[in-house]
Amino acid sequence: MAASYFDVDGTLVRTNLVHPTLFYLVNQHNPLASAAKLLQTAVRSPQLLLAELRDRRTFNELLFSAYAGTSHDRLHLLADECFDTIIKPALFPNARALVRRCRDEGQEVVLVSGALDFLMDRLAAYLGATGVIANRLEVKDGYATGRLLRPVVAGPEKARLIRQHARDGGHDLDDCFAYSDSYSDVPMLSVVGHPAAVNPDTRLAMLAKAYGWPVLTLERT
Amino acid sequence: MTHPLVVTLDKKSAPRTLFYGDRLMEVDLPVGTRVIYPRPPMAALKDVDAAIRYAINHPHNSDPLHAKLRPGMKVVIAIDDISLPLPPMKRPDIRERVLTIVLQQLADHGVDDVTMIIATSVHRRMTSDEIRWIVGDRIHGAYYPDRLYNHDAEDPDGMKYVGTTELGEEVELNKKAVESDLLIYVNLNLVPMDGGHKSVSVGLCGYRSLKAHHNPRVMRNCHSYMDPKSSELNSSVERMGKITNKNLNVFTIETTVNNRMFDRPLEFLAKNEDDLTATERFGLKALTATLARTPQAARQAIFSRVPSPYGVTGVFAGETEAVHAQTLKKSYEQYLVPVKGQCDIMVAGIPYISPYNVNSFLNPLLVQVLAQGYIFNCYRGQPLVKKGGTMIITHPMTDMFDKNHHAPYIEFVHNLLPETRDAMELHKRFEAKFASNPAYIQMYRTGHAYHPAHPFFMWYWGEAGRQWLGRVIVVGADNEYMPKLFGYETAKTMTQALDMARETAPASPDITCFHFSPIMMADVTV
Repeated sequence: MAASYFDVDGTLVRTNLVHPTLFYLVNQHNPLASAAKLLQTAVRSPQLLLAELRDRRTFNELLFSAYAGTSHDRLHLLADECFDTIIKPALFPNARALVRRCRDEGQEVVLVSGALDFLMDRLAAYLGATGVIANRLEVKDGYATGRLLRPVVAGPEKARLIRQHARDGGHDLDDCFAYSDSYSDVPMLSVVGHPAAVNPDTRLAMLAKAYGWPVLTLERT
Repeated sequence: MTHPLVVTLDKKSAPRTLFYGDRLMEVDLPVGTRVIYPRPPMAALKDVDAAIRYAINHPHNSDPLHAKLRPGMKVVIAIDDISLPLPPMKRPDIRERVLTIVLQQLADHGVDDVTMIIATSVHRRMTSDEIRWIVGDRIHGAYYPDRLYNHDAEDPDGMKYVGTTELGEEVELNKKAVESDLLIYVNLNLVPMDGGHKSVSVGLCGYRSLKAHHNPRVMRNCHSYMDPKSSELNSSVERMGKITNKNLNVFTIETTVNNRMFDRPLEFLAKNEDDLTATERFGLKALTATLARTPQAARQAIFSRVPSPYGVTGVFAGETEAVHAQTLKKSYEQYLVPVKGQCDIMVAGIPYISPYNVNSFLNPLLVQVLAQGYIFNCYRGQPLVKKGGTMIITHPMTDMFDKNHHAPYIEFVHNLLPETRDAMELHKRFEAKFASNPAYIQMYRTGHAYHPAHPFFMWYWGEAGRQWLGRVIVVGADNEYMPKLFGYETAKTMTQALDMARETAPASPDITCFHFSPIMMADVTV
């Protein structure tokens, strides 16, 4: 049996990691706490911008540090609402159909995302995906520390995690598919036999063209 | 006595000019070579709109269209896609003229639940502008995209099973069409293999139905595609069409066009080179030289912007089979050129366009389709070339593919053909899995890519020719590996190709040049 590995942000949904994070910041236990968190994140924004330009992993770590102090209960309490109001409306029109098609082919469908696991679990359930490889917040004494558990899912690490997942699941990588919108995911796309660029950025579009990878959109063009 | 369109070259004959993709190639053919030219374009109808009105009011084996209408009914109009005609027709396309009259008649009878579907089958989706070209600005503005759209053979909720033939061929069609009260098909019939039951039963079907006849076994039993009586493909489609028409209320409108592919300044491309005037000779030389010096992208842009001034020669309406019989008559009248005797060596220029690359590049797989598929099959009776004979084609066979339209072709040619050229093996080992590749399916559904089953069908399309021909030699290929991958030999010049072909031909071989295009068919008697 083959597996299909899907990047999420920009590939299956229009949103990125920032949108759900902002949702959580705005929905702190009281308005003052929300204001403080938002201010803190605004102050960090130049740092975030620099990190995004340099290294996706550092960006993820910086961004998710905003969750520090949020209770484990609150993370999960808000997850359904965050999924319904932020992620679900941002799904590309044919995302569900594509996942369904992969499942119909008997493939295992795994979401591979730098986003947080409790949100990706909900997305996977909605799409009919069978697995999630996503970032996990460290929780101590019932509160998020703002740190990510290792391994951090980002960039080349995605490729290693896919290889490991395929090995554990008995999938031949030559038969597997991977879908992403971003040039930063070239390592992940390169480990499978069937890479595909979805709504690609300019650099990925050029690379896909050079290698004859399928370039697809999830909206009718 | 030979037909005037079959010319035998002598010492005084001028060189022949053949299509060489989107360029032209001047070739010297030996004395005694027969050159077959297309018939001149038939006279076009003087009042096309009147002919359309007459056809739908005096249909063959059916009530007139107006008698089938009642207020509030659901009508679907299916329309031939961009693969017809080639090149696209000057505006107004005949389909626009038919649709204008039909829509008016529907409105006059209180029918306002009308949906139009471009019958793409597993071809690529047409763009909004391409649809506008075919249906015209007014209809496009009023109906696109909600009530005028492309067929989607992979919409899980958009297909409906209709029935199964006595030979187990499953008929599954566009659900909207199946559930309509009346399905009107508006066809533009370019060649005899178009139209008839193929319109609905192929144009609105999907892979489940297509695999019943688009396979190597059926393709091998077509002699030829252009002669429905001798085509197993046509027999299968007819069986499925009968099931369709038994379950659906179908009203067929077919139209025929003449073969005026080239507008006045380029008309000389269809003429015998010995009959050209001094001005035409100069024009031909200038065109050949200009195209040779123009970059490929510019050549493609030029050709794709020059529509053909086809004239409408017939409009027929009514019951599918009765209508198509009239269409076939007209089609043969335009295309058939009587030819006495087969040849040992057949020479043909490969043009820049096929039904599958309108507005994109003719990639090597489509060169194969034109050579061993269409041109080889442009016969009635016997193939123009003897069994085991050689076909010489002129084309660069550049390793280039349109990354959007022909995405699955790239993997087929570069990953599967190196494994095997055996159509049966490709069919059995690779087709089912490749045809359900989710990434390619998505490209077909939301982009403008051909369905992943299509490259297989294109390979099978060449199967009858592949089984019949002994050798194919490509003159002017710009690389060695692509022809080799296809099982072709290469030659730098026509003279070299003919010398190579003579090595496996009888002494003093019969050489025939099929001066294509415009389109024609050889009516071969032995």
